[in-house]
Amino acid sequence: MAASFVSPPTSPLVGFLGSALLLSSFAMLSMRRMASLVRIFALQGILLTLSTLSVALAAGEPHLLFSALFTLAFKVLLLPILLFRLLERLHIRGEVEVLLNVPVTMVAGLFVVVFSFALAAPISEMANTVSRGLIGVGLAALLLSFLMMITRRKAVTQVLGFLGMENALFFSAINATYGMPMVVELGVAFDVLVGTFVFGIFFFQIRETFESFDLKHMDNTPTE
Amino acid sequence: MILVLMILSPIAGALVLGLFGHRKIAPVLNIAFSLLTFFLTLILGEEVSLHGPLIALDENLFADSFSSLFLVITGGVAATTSFFSLRYMTIEAAHGRLTPERTRLYLALYQIFVLTMIVVLASNNLGLLWVALEGATLATVLLVGWTRTPAAIKASWKYFILCGVGIAQALFGTILLYFASEKTLGPGGTALLLTHLETVKAQLEPTVMSLAFVFFVVGYGTKVGLVPLHNWLPDAHAEGPTPISAVLSGLLLNVALYAILRVKSLADGAIHSAMPSNLLMGFGLASVLLASISMWKRQDIKRLFAYSSIEHMGLATLAFGIGGPLATFAGLLHMTTHSLVKSAIFFAVGHIVQTSGSQKIPSIREVALRTPGLARALLAGGFAITGLPPFALFASELLIITEAVKRIPLAVPFLLLALFVTFGVLIFRILEISEGGPSLTAKPVSSLPKLTFFPIWIHLGLALILGTVFPATLYSAYQKALLVLGGPLGG
Repeated sequence: MAASFVSPPTSPLVGFLGSALLLSSFAMLSMRRMASLVRIFALQGILLTLSTLSVALAAGEPHLLFSALFTLAFKVLLLPILLFRLLERLHIRGEVEVLLNVPVTMVAGLFVVVFSFALAAPISEMANTVSRGLIGVGLAALLLSFLMMITRRKAVTQVLGFLGMENALFFSAINATYGMPMVVELGVAFDVLVGTFVFGIFFFQIRETFESFDLKHMDNTPTE
Repeated sequence: MILVLMILSPIAGALVLGLFGHRKIAPVLNIAFSLLTFFLTLILGEEVSLHGPLIALDENLFADSFSSLFLVITGGVAATTSFFSLRYMTIEAAHGRLTPERTRLYLALYQIFVLTMIVVLASNNLGLLWVALEGATLATVLLVGWTRTPAAIKASWKYFILCGVGIAQALFGTILLYFASEKTLGPGGTALLLTHLETVKAQLEPTVMSLAFVFFVVGYGTKVGLVPLHNWLPDAHAEGPTPISAVLSGLLLNVALYAILRVKSLADGAIHSAMPSNLLMGFGLASVLLASISMWKRQDIKRLFAYSSIEHMGLATLAFGIGGPLATFAGLLHMTTHSLVKSAIFFAVGHIVQTSGSQKIPSIREVALRTPGLARALLAGGFAITGLPPFALFASELLIITEAVKRIPLAVPFLLLALFVTFGVLIFRILEISEGGPSLTAKPVSSLPKLTFFPIWIHLGLALILGTVFPATLYSAYQKALLVLGGPLGG
């Protein structure tokens, strides 16, 4: 649904993978079950790896190959495995509870996409990468994850929104500039990894304290 | 060399305390490492003021007169807070609220937190700066939820999510900046280095830089606690242990504002319009106004002072938005004094809250009556934070208002009204506490040794010195920092 907004990039494969990534962001927005959400997140990781790989080959940037490999290890294997183990250990199977029903969220998502492409258009014109039409996709995916964090009630879903945001940022960096300097990328990945562990610690604390992951129990806690 | 040493000190601290933090001696080690770090920042400040900016580690680390000013403040307040921590943790342990294992985690995280702030201030690479600032959130998020009460966990979750979302926006800003600078500086490491960016900032693409700056302000502004991105701040300050409230409020907010100022300098050079300044003025003004309204009915003393932090960071942001040497000087002075005074207040409040076991103002009145030393400290801190002379916040607020009259006269009535409201509310509350209620059971207790008060009086004393004599060496330090941010003061 989004491909029609993309100004045709040099490589059709790069464009196709970008659209698929945007679709996966929408899929995350519409999923009702927690485990499917993690699966979609892993799928997004695969798309990210492939897209990085194709940009690397199309542009002849060898250092992006490392980024692709790294994404594969980190976002397709490590993080989903950690998340699945977390779901298992905490016995989370339930459905995602939504604040806003799915169709309304989808329409809001469409507006987000249009807005992102309008915002990214002037930047795309200035870029000289093979994948410049996809900067809008990155921004749209960022804002869609943001939307997901706003409209979902459970702690785990918010974390997935957070990780989706990081995916979108990585994607934008790849397409706008062929990736950030290596030291920065490693630093960001380190932060995300530590962040995921902190989230894990949190889940146990939240369950211990509130006996539920629904944030509405937290909202009912008087603060003053 | 000194730059690297300064960063190694908290790393060593974190490692040692991570291993031996459960021993009895550990809180003292924490003080030793914090003092060492402070000492190294002082040497660094001296070096920078004598020989100019320093660069190390493949140009990734860097300190000029602007960053060394904040490095010294960070080192200093972190050191005095480690003294306060010792006392606070001893009492917590005596109440049985703290196991040795959790003390170890606390101390190690404290050192890591100091480390991340120092890396932010000493980083020449805007990407590393982002990584370190996110690291600061990660290090403090477990400390905020330390007491594990429902309210504390809610506060730290809010802190984590909101700051995480915010900082993601700042990363997008960093990507955009890299995108703009890569064209002139070429791909690779140098395109994110501040020193290189400063030399080519006039050639950076204005449209991209405008967009990048907005993302930066929204992202790092979340950490500064600028309205309307401030939602996490009162909860995090109120529910965390008080030493953490002191460093969050006194240091982390400054460090985040420092990051915004660095980016603003680049944006100003590239954009040639008043957009960056106007954006900061808008956020600053909104923060001052909303914070003063929110303080009106607060009964929780830590929450009250958290809103006061939003107000003061808003004032400083407003000052930098107004721009020009005088307002910028006022902003720097305001940030410095706010760090000192607010952490001093949190030290005093921490002792009071710990003795009484409550943060609600009606129920802590009696405690204040029983420990007159603390009541006096809180009263002095209250006078300092509301901007009464002779403390330095009076000077900086006066300067900010006079500059605002010149630049944005229409906003001045609102600004004055907000300042009067906060003044009234804070003074009223503090007098309520320090005068105490009519209580027959109250009798003075002297369980608090003199040592308890010395960090408080050191901070307030410094705020007094900055507001009255302002020694020549300090003045020249500020002058040099102003050189980095635009131009020096005349005369």
